[in-house]
Amino acid sequence: MTVKGKAYIAGAFEHPTRLAPDKSVAQLHAEVALGALADAGLTREDVDGFFCSGDAPGPGPAPMAEYMNLRLRHLDSVELGGTSYVALAAHAAQAIALGKCDVALVTLAGRPRSEGMATGTAPRPRDPNQPEAPWEAPYAITTTNGYAMCAMRHMYEYGTTSEQLAWVRVAASHHAQHNPHAMLPEIVSVEDVVNSPLIADPLHRLDCCVISDGGGALVIVRPEIAKALKRPLVKIIGTGEAVKHLTGGTFDLTTSGAAQAGPIAFAEAAVTPADIKYASIYDSFTITVVIQLEDLGFCAKGAGGKFVADGNLISGVGKLPFNTDGGGLCNNHPANRGSMTKVIEAVRQLRGEAHPAVQVKNCDLALAQGTGFQLATRHGSATLIMERE
Amino acid sequence: MTRKIPSPFAMAETQPFWDAARQGRFMIPICTACDRTHWYPRAICPFCASDKVRWRDASGRGTIYTFSVMRRVKEPYIIAHVTLAEGPTMLTNIVDCDAETLRIGQPVTIVFKQAENGQPVPMFTPT
Repeated sequence: MTVKGKAYIAGAFEHPTRLAPDKSVAQLHAEVALGALADAGLTREDVDGFFCSGDAPGPGPAPMAEYMNLRLRHLDSVELGGTSYVALAAHAAQAIALGKCDVALVTLAGRPRSEGMATGTAPRPRDPNQPEAPWEAPYAITTTNGYAMCAMRHMYEYGTTSEQLAWVRVAASHHAQHNPHAMLPEIVSVEDVVNSPLIADPLHRLDCCVISDGGGALVIVRPEIAKALKRPLVKIIGTGEAVKHLTGGTFDLTTSGAAQAGPIAFAEAAVTPADIKYASIYDSFTITVVIQLEDLGFCAKGAGGKFVADGNLISGVGKLPFNTDGGGLCNNHPANRGSMTKVIEAVRQLRGEAHPAVQVKNCDLALAQGTGFQLATRHGSATLIMERE
Repeated sequence: MTRKIPSPFAMAETQPFWDAARQGRFMIPICTACDRTHWYPRAICPFCASDKVRWRDASGRGTIYTFSVMRRVKEPYIIAHVTLAEGPTMLTNIVDCDAETLRIGQPVTIVFKQAENGQPVPMFTPT
């Protein structure tokens, strides 16, 4: 059994806000839900499946189902951190393929910027029952210094340089200049990145993504419904997910869960990395992009630094246009969770609705890749491959 | 180091480790079914799923697998993964050193630092 061709992304909506001090998180969820439904040409009454993650004011999907007054016959909540929405899109496709729902709504929203969270430089609160808590909390592992350790090891093993990592940010900034909603629309140079302050060696401030309020939503439907709507047809053809962890203390921090999730998705879709016209790659940090590109097979392990350099990720310039909305590095990273906007920009590209300056020609095959939680300990990974029909 | 070290959460499963640390001993778990050591400590062996896990004294020697100096905080500190001489790699801090001279592969030795509740926590310093 496969989900290939069994479900279509009919609606996609990214909230235009990046700072929402006067809205509640539930309100943002409802606004993105209504935005995605309007985009699809559907209404709230059509939704019979609801999919959310830990950013939804929970526990689980029930409070948001009540807030939006949804009548549902299928619910799903998964927590894989920032990559949850790539995984939830896959789960929605699975539920539709099994006939469990016809119109699946996936939402993400949050306001870490308004709430003043020290997202990347302070340890996250822990539940004392988390088995790793005693072995991590005393050492103050944070989002930034964890990913920084992966970058440090990647540099040690493969000779990757800060300048190569900087190219990821440079490419994102070239795309963000065309996005009127981007938090950081200014073009930056390699020198700008490597001369920005070190946060955690070897990652500089400009190697790190933005902190933003906002959100996004997807509406995923049965093929017959998609074909009755007026939107371009974006078909889900491959999905994969994985969790990578410390494996009893025997691990390699230069590889991510994408090395497992990616091949599963490519096999289901029956395509190869060379076929992909556009890639949304989760960019919590520049190093996250380099490692995932290697793991997905866009280049060999260790060759990611060279692959991203010299504008290779810039639309219209390089071989693999990526994150043409400006990504998490320059555009938006709502709720500290970046994979919803990855799927949304891939849908724009497949519909031909990206900004004309970054629209990939004949974009009929796109990929969205996410990494959630901590790359230096345990993280979720999810891959979604979509085709324009 | 002046950073306040958050106290490790107490958990019955691994209490012997913390009791030994109070006596200055660094123990790691070893599975007597498959003869492998592991980290983080578990009552169930992550490799063979046996419950025949025991504690043994470790050498306290290792090498730096990777590290990062956390700079944008009031009191900078060094996070690291250290590969122990016994095999497994553990998350830790490198302390009592010049951050600018650290390198991957460098030998390090165990040193205990007190958490806020007085519990000694294993960290490492250059050998």
